[in-house]
Amino acid sequence: MEIDDGKQAGAPVDEVIMEENKVKVKVLLFARARELVGGSEFDLAVKEGATTADCVAELTTRFAALEVMRDSIVVALNFDYVTDPVKVKDGDELAIIPPISGG
Amino acid sequence: MEREAVKKMKEGKDDVLDIVDTTIDMGKYVDAVRDPGAGAISTFIGTTRDTFQNKEVIELQYEAYKPMAILELKKICTLARSKWSLIGIAVAHRLGTVPIGEESVFIAVSSVHRKDSLDACQFIIDELKARVPIWKKEVYSNGEVWKENAEFLQRAQVRS
Repeated sequence: MEIDDGKQAGAPVDEVIMEENKVKVKVLLFARARELVGGSEFDLAVKEGATTADCVAELTTRFAALEVMRDSIVVALNFDYVTDPVKVKDGDELAIIPPISGG
Repeated sequence: MEREAVKKMKEGKDDVLDIVDTTIDMGKYVDAVRDPGAGAISTFIGTTRDTFQNKEVIELQYEAYKPMAILELKKICTLARSKWSLIGIAVAHRLGTVPIGEESVFIAVSSVHRKDSLDACQFIIDELKARVPIWKKEVYSNGEVWKENAEFLQRAQVRS
């Protein structure tokens, strides 16, 4: 799996090798997750058939700093909360939702 | 035209849902739900506090996942309308740095009878705190903390 350049300064920069059996997911990070990773948006290339859970596992492996909040992370796929792992498609938007605090 | 008017009465006014970067113009949102058929407008104002567990809060910073926040607010409005008889709903949440004592969130709900809008108003703020992707950071003189709503954590436990 590869991650390409974050669009925010300070985000990790990697080379992307898109292969035919890979899908590219747009990952968004907010609040504490954004600060821990040091970027708010980047593309994540995962194997075809990978799920939202696989993406989170890859992210926490990639960004060890996220490990401290792994148990409290909820994800949203294309603007909807998902609990059970869902297969991701090319062009999907996966948001890492740390515990919210609006109001 | 007549059919349109009847339809409007049955469905109420369109929901007004805003995420803003400046002071919330509360009058604007009250006017958005104001209606000749309404006997009540209930409002909730959330304001920023200056202390948390005896620590002095210097400022609060909010951020949101805007498109999803608006979609979640729409779902909350649909739920509220299925539970109570409502005319108008307006919700505004402020982002960025909010000085102490100012409004961070404002909700206005109108209904024919007051109980519907009062109950719906409470429901909407409780749901907002449980599911709308907005985050608040409290900045103290000696550090900062991303806050976590108990409502969200309880629901996350149920989910997993």
